[in-house]
Amino acid sequence: MSEVALQSHGTGRRVAVRRHGLIVRITHWTNAVVWVFLLMSGLQIFNAHPALYFGNQSNFAHPFLAMEAADDNPARGVTWIAGHSFDTTGWFGVSYDENGEPVERGFPQFLTWPGEQDLATGRRWHFFFAWLFVINGTIYLLSGVLSRHFARDLLPSWSDIRHIPRSIFDHVRFKFPHERRYNVLQKLAYVSAALVALPLMVLTGLTMSPAMNAAFPWLLEIFGGRQSARTIHFITAMFLVLFVFVHLVMVLISGVFNNLRSMITGRYVIEEQADDP
Amino acid sequence: MIPERKLLVSRRSLLRFGAIGVGSLLLAGCDDAVSENPRILSFIDKASVLTYRAQRLILPRDKLAPEFSESDIAPQFRANGSTSPSDPAYRALAAANFVDWRLMVDGLVDKPLKLSLADLRALPASTQITRHDCVEGWSCIGKWTGTPLSEVLNRAGVKPQARFVVFHCADRFQDDGVPDDFEPGESDSGNSGGVPYYESIDFVDAYHPQTLLAYELNDQTLPIAYGAPLRLRLGRQLGYKMAKYVMRIELVSSFARMGGGNGGYWEDLGYQWYAGI
Repeated sequence: MSEVALQSHGTGRRVAVRRHGLIVRITHWTNAVVWVFLLMSGLQIFNAHPALYFGNQSNFAHPFLAMEAADDNPARGVTWIAGHSFDTTGWFGVSYDENGEPVERGFPQFLTWPGEQDLATGRRWHFFFAWLFVINGTIYLLSGVLSRHFARDLLPSWSDIRHIPRSIFDHVRFKFPHERRYNVLQKLAYVSAALVALPLMVLTGLTMSPAMNAAFPWLLEIFGGRQSARTIHFITAMFLVLFVFVHLVMVLISGVFNNLRSMITGRYVIEEQADDP
Repeated sequence: MIPERKLLVSRRSLLRFGAIGVGSLLLAGCDDAVSENPRILSFIDKASVLTYRAQRLILPRDKLAPEFSESDIAPQFRANGSTSPSDPAYRALAAANFVDWRLMVDGLVDKPLKLSLADLRALPASTQITRHDCVEGWSCIGKWTGTPLSEVLNRAGVKPQARFVVFHCADRFQDDGVPDDFEPGESDSGNSGGVPYYESIDFVDAYHPQTLLAYELNDQTLPIAYGAPLRLRLGRQLGYKMAKYVMRIELVSSFARMGGGNGGYWEDLGYQWYAGI
């Protein structure tokens, strides 16, 4: 893919630019590892009570989402979302262990950390990585604000907003010009993940802490109660799974080596048109 | 410059090696050799200490947990943990409506106490409508009435060398071969030979105004399923800290020689001693 993109604009001049600063590169890879552990230990914790509710407390009879095993033989996994049920055998509600035996659990063994159902250990891992995540994220946010990286590179400008339809058109044609700056869809994706979803994970996570509820009761107000915070925590985590999936696909199809190199060494090769400044 | 095409092969194989590396890391999680490794776990537990210190630092000593109104009370409060202790001595007390039950208060106190339910009811009472958060993830709101723990401690006179308040309970969980997936929420299956439930808190929680020795739930005498005749209520920690069927309160300088040495039944099975999160 890489060479296709590089050779398709014959008239352009290939120039190497410094795309990612050192702090962005270090915090990016740290975050990548930390996020995988947070996700998998988070699913382990979710499995202890694989049901979600809105409000202050749990209305056990009417969960917003629930994963359970139906009383069938062979065992069948059922997922309920807002009153609608789906057969999710093998994935949610009932999945198979390493011997192929059906087990009743929310998320399957290969998606949780630890693999075995073990809430205590899942919590220990989750909070350890939560601290790393917060420290890493704070460094990233401070440096992004102070270096004006967010203002310069991530926040869409008015002209960006006007170019949204054009950018969508480029994406559906799989046309990814290598430019000095991010296109507007990239900016929106990165802003929604790094500046909205990730901080939201921290805030909704803290809102589940009874001690934090006493310290900062306004957290409960903004999220609509502890159980709402838990549900938003889960939905935001699923949004991040979607983001990471799309992110990886885009990295692969828009010049994987150029992209990877830019996040490791900082160096990114762009195609500069003759009329570019 | 090095021709892209020539490098592609080696870079691809590099990537493949990377994928194998990440894949095997994930597989390592499946056999839990890493995730359940005691030495790794003792390292990541430093994060629990950090959480405890950080929450104690930002949370003012007497700051209250949010309280709710009568209309918020859960129609069906979930009974959890042991719901029907099998201990014969406890059974006999329960059969006589706990008239012969006495709460022992001893250990590092000036004046050991033996209090009947009538004695406790004669002390100043406090009522709160608060949320109960289970470590599994669910929440229920209930109205609790009882004696603030501080009232009892002040009457016993706490010696200066005391650091923790330990609650000894009448319920037992199965001792031998407690499975890894044994979660709070499973009932006392009704056999002797289990480990007696116990819990411990420090004086920040012990003297907190919402820390109650509760004898009523929702204006009714505390039912057995919820810990009759007396259970602990804490405003700012998770449910497993709130010992049910309390028989004895012991003041100690250390809990290292008690049970498994971690300060509580679930703590001995890997749950954090501080459950503010």
